[in-house]
Amino acid sequence: MTVISLSAWDLAAASLLVIGLAGVTLWARLGVGRSLLIAAVRTVLQLLLVGLVLQALFDHARLGLVALMALVMVAIAGYEVMARQERRFAGVWGYGIGAVTMFVSAFVVTVLALTTMIGPTPWWEPQYAIPLLGMLLGNTMTGIALGLDRLTQTVWRERRIIEGRLALGENWISATATMRREAARSGLMPTINAMAAAGVVSLPGMMTGQILAGVPPVEAVKYQILIMFLISAGTGFGALGAVWLASKRLFDERSRLRLDRLRPGRRG
Amino acid sequence: MECLLEVKGLQTAQLGPLDLCLQPGELVQITGASGSGKSLLLRAIADLDPSAGAVRLAGQDRGDVLPPDWRRQVAYVPAETAWWAPEVAEHLPVGWQKEQALAWLERVSLPAEALDWEIERLSSGERQRLGLLRALLNRPRVLLLDEPTANLDLENTRRLERAVRSYLADSGAAALWVSHDTLQRGRLGGRIVELRAGRLVP
Repeated sequence: MTVISLSAWDLAAASLLVIGLAGVTLWARLGVGRSLLIAAVRTVLQLLLVGLVLQALFDHARLGLVALMALVMVAIAGYEVMARQERRFAGVWGYGIGAVTMFVSAFVVTVLALTTMIGPTPWWEPQYAIPLLGMLLGNTMTGIALGLDRLTQTVWRERRIIEGRLALGENWISATATMRREAARSGLMPTINAMAAAGVVSLPGMMTGQILAGVPPVEAVKYQILIMFLISAGTGFGALGAVWLASKRLFDERSRLRLDRLRPGRRG
Repeated sequence: MECLLEVKGLQTAQLGPLDLCLQPGELVQITGASGSGKSLLLRAIADLDPSAGAVRLAGQDRGDVLPPDWRRQVAYVPAETAWWAPEVAEHLPVGWQKEQALAWLERVSLPAEALDWEIERLSSGERQRLGLLRALLNRPRVLLLDEPTANLDLENTRRLERAVRSYLADSGAAALWVSHDTLQRGRLGGRIVELRAGRLVP
């Protein structure tokens, strides 16, 4: 089976749909027309670029190059997490919490899956390693960003309650217990929903891609199941870790709520 | 006489350096223009905001006491109390005792059932009195009262004043009371200090 190659005209036709949507949002004054178009342009440029990079990587498969690519991906994902926060941590923490938890969750889970489950030779074979890491990063990024955003928002909004509880002699862990739980849950929900709806409501992207590429559906399904499990583990541990690190950072060594460590981010 | 609460060279971004000494059983009122940092001073003493300098309780340095223990002993009661659960009893400090709570309810003129009341239905007077009550259940040695009667009518104000006075008399605890109200100043009595440009003036 061969894949039908898409022409530039096919893509241009699809882009008309996005332009149409931008027109409608402009007309409805949703205020997202501009970001929609910028995002669409970014998609084109980034994907074209990554296509070229991947081609080059596949042609010269070397561990050093694959590792470099992987680190760049984690670094960019860390930046994305930071950019999605309405209130972000000042200094290196703003970037660090997302990047570190993403490294631990997505990166480690990818290496684990490559070495113990999928087992290509060599284990870092870019054809497997890079797409796998990409899918994990894409999902853990969402989970971690949601969890962090929820945490900082709730703590900001409920600062009087937190300080009221501190003043009565609670430590920060019990004063923020419900907020931390809620934040971790909101980070995990998209993944749980995706697993619950997989195949029934939606056909997951990777499986669809493999099927389009001519892989027998049962093989594609097996891969999809593996990926789903990896994603949920990565997202879950990532979100839990990020929420824990962030809430620790919101308090100092004397258990004082330190909202001065937050800066306004996206949307002011 | 030795201070129960001793503040020496306390300094934050907006305040100080300032010194203060509270004797056992003493009530000291703090006045000052709005924005002079009265709340900031109380928050710094309660260790809710970072500050430099020494704060000692009966000779013991704040740094040697775990923060939750410090805040139970040096209790900050804000102008607007915070509530986070549906019922009153869920807001009482860990390890609270029934008899004690009932005794205090009586002294702030609330019935015993008040522990089961829903927060949603509390009046502002009830909220303030219950906010004081839950702090008192920790048996604090210093009360930091940040305009506790700001939203109360005269009757509720006097109930709260009486409750604080009787707690100080019974326990030998001291209180710092931030107040705006000149009539209240007269009723409460005791030493009055003014916070001006970040310094305390007698």
